[in-house]
Amino acid sequence: MAYLGRAALLLAFGLVAYALVAGSYAAWKRRRRLAHSAQNALLAAFPVTLVAAVLLLVALGRRDMTFVYVWQHTSHELPLGYALSAFWGGQEGSLLLWLLVLTGYAGLAVWLNRRSRELIAWTVPVFGLVACFFAFMLCFVSSPFNVQPAAGDGQGMVPSLQNPYMLAHPPLLYLGYVGLTVPFAFAMGALLSGRTDERWIVATRRWTLAAWTFLGVGQLIGAHWAYVEIGWGGYYAWDPVENAALMPWLAATAFLHSVMIQEKRGMLKVWNMVLVALAFNLSLFGTFLTRSGVIDSIHSFAKSSIGGWFLAFLSLMVVLSIVLIRWRLPLLRTKTRLESLVSREATFLYNNLLLVALALTILWGVLYPILSDAVRGETRSVSKPYYDFFLHTFGLPLLLLMGLGPLVAWRKASLRSLGKTFVAPFAAAVATGAVLLALGFGSSWPGLLAYTFSAFVGASIVFEFVRGRAAAGGVFRLIARNRRRYGGYVVHAAVVLLAIGIAGSSAYQTQRERVLKPGQSIEAAGYTLRYSGLKGVKGPNYTGFRALLAVSGHGERFNLSPGENNYPIEGQSNEASIYHDPHSLGDVFTTAQIAKGNSIDVKVFVKPLINLIWVAGFVFVAGALIAMWPDAVEQRRLAARYAAGAAPAGI
Amino acid sequence: MLAVIAVVFVARPFLRDPSPASDRLDELAPEARERLALAEERDRALAALKELEFDHRTGKISDEDYRSQVGPLRRRAAEVLRALEHGEGARHERVPDPGERVP
Repeated sequence: MAYLGRAALLLAFGLVAYALVAGSYAAWKRRRRLAHSAQNALLAAFPVTLVAAVLLLVALGRRDMTFVYVWQHTSHELPLGYALSAFWGGQEGSLLLWLLVLTGYAGLAVWLNRRSRELIAWTVPVFGLVACFFAFMLCFVSSPFNVQPAAGDGQGMVPSLQNPYMLAHPPLLYLGYVGLTVPFAFAMGALLSGRTDERWIVATRRWTLAAWTFLGVGQLIGAHWAYVEIGWGGYYAWDPVENAALMPWLAATAFLHSVMIQEKRGMLKVWNMVLVALAFNLSLFGTFLTRSGVIDSIHSFAKSSIGGWFLAFLSLMVVLSIVLIRWRLPLLRTKTRLESLVSREATFLYNNLLLVALALTILWGVLYPILSDAVRGETRSVSKPYYDFFLHTFGLPLLLLMGLGPLVAWRKASLRSLGKTFVAPFAAAVATGAVLLALGFGSSWPGLLAYTFSAFVGASIVFEFVRGRAAAGGVFRLIARNRRRYGGYVVHAAVVLLAIGIAGSSAYQTQRERVLKPGQSIEAAGYTLRYSGLKGVKGPNYTGFRALLAVSGHGERFNLSPGENNYPIEGQSNEASIYHDPHSLGDVFTTAQIAKGNSIDVKVFVKPLINLIWVAGFVFVAGALIAMWPDAVEQRRLAARYAAGAAPAGI
Repeated sequence: MLAVIAVVFVARPFLRDPSPASDRLDELAPEARERLALAEERDRALAALKELEFDHRTGKISDEDYRSQVGPLRRRAAEVLRALEHGEGARHERVPDPGERVP
């Protein structure tokens, strides 16, 4: 079975290499049949890669320990679901997942846009180039199909990965990371072909939105996993690999906004090319960080052999992006300029600058320890205070701009018009801030500002819906006729919920720690937790203990049982116990470790409003779906526009 | 077997059409490209008008701001539509956006 997998990967490599070489030649020399043949090679790469993927899944499901990869990441006692999730648990499997998703996306995007022959002719070799790298790595550097004599049992799976969220978090992240290749390939295809009109944007708009949504949801699920599984009481540690997913998401957010300016005003063509290249290259960088072992992170489980290759490919793609954009600058420049610094275009530009600034400061925070080690031989770390500073510096103004943007008209807005639209949201913000200050929330000024700005944004979104409904004659008609705008407002509402949840659970959380003997109590933020004793637990592949805590406070009574699991093969893991308060939307989060005998070292976190973060995820998806939903009227208009050169299809 | 199917699929364009009358990859003629650019401009102008009307109806733009912007936008949209209808494309002076700086 392993040789079949290797053969499938070699075939996939051959197909994407053909797509690259033949596709480039065909586009350059304008050979129709050869271009079509290269396109077919790209299409065929997906089912071939799928065969390799299925073979690996079967080996994992069977726990076939003659596969080195299976032996490294599973054991006979590991439940089936987690054994299958080992597909993306290790380096080789995650590279195969990258290639699988990439060939799937590439094939679908190219097939849907096959009638835009000029654009596709150059897009195919770009996809081929990226796929070639991953296929090469899988065939010659890091294969999941290496074999060994049959071993007794495997090394198992890291306990923290044995969590249902691990069934979703990595695949969703990869659907996001890899999805950013689609707009990148079309953008580079547009530059190579010299067709810098809007076709490439129209063709990739929904792909970009989908990739951005997957990346956002993947990060939220990852944050929830970290919260329930790792046991430090938080959900985002500014871990370099967490940052590696956040950076392309920020760049893609900037791109999604500024591309609207290009569509409406024909401006920012160069900037959009830079943003799409930045988003893609940051996603490659993220994969490099996660899999190269170049940084110490909870996500980097081993040093690996692929770091040098990744760095070389990443450098190649960065240079290629710069060279192509520089080459086509004359085609990208427009004469249209910003008419006013007080306009929606201007607020989008400000938000772009803040998003990119935030992404680049996070990038510096990730790179600094690596560079310091490489250049000076000193191990330095960049920790939470650095990231918090820039999150406050750029994030709070971004939050404010989310409220300002919708209130300002396109092209230019007079101060008189602005005054009319600003009054109500501004009043809501001031009232909220004053009330919170009176209630003692001034203990954290970033928290207070986050709440106040959130009130401003929330009010501006509500007024947009109220005014719009009056003009359109109903909410559903309003949304149906303006899906991108109002879908965007729903996404903004999700960001408001996220900001409130983050501010509440971090700026206003209460943390206590104490060693307790049976019968003793600990108090935190109005809750009393009384420890009564220990209880043993047993699972399919672990044993452990739970500390029994009876909790009372705020008119409620409930039980919590934090503890630890002990996996014979993989080791120990912390098991937090969390109570979700349905009234306050906050959590009481506890962990426990054995101190001595029956005594436990218990930590308690009371985290106000933290559940708004998870609720925000659902609202985010709803908003994205609304924005993505096809509009038949718009589709017909675009089809008529591109009828001469064949219409780009998008999704 | 998989390799054979893949190779046949890749070779299909040559197998289906071994001696084509033309093997040239289509590209848009310059006139078609100009028409496409005008079509994009037309859509931008009409979308800008639609946004302006909507913003005015929802009270985001005052009557004064509306009156000052609607005229130039309508003129621009009309000029682009005329240029498209007559298929004059590149032979006509390019219609400037109201926000465009003309040297």
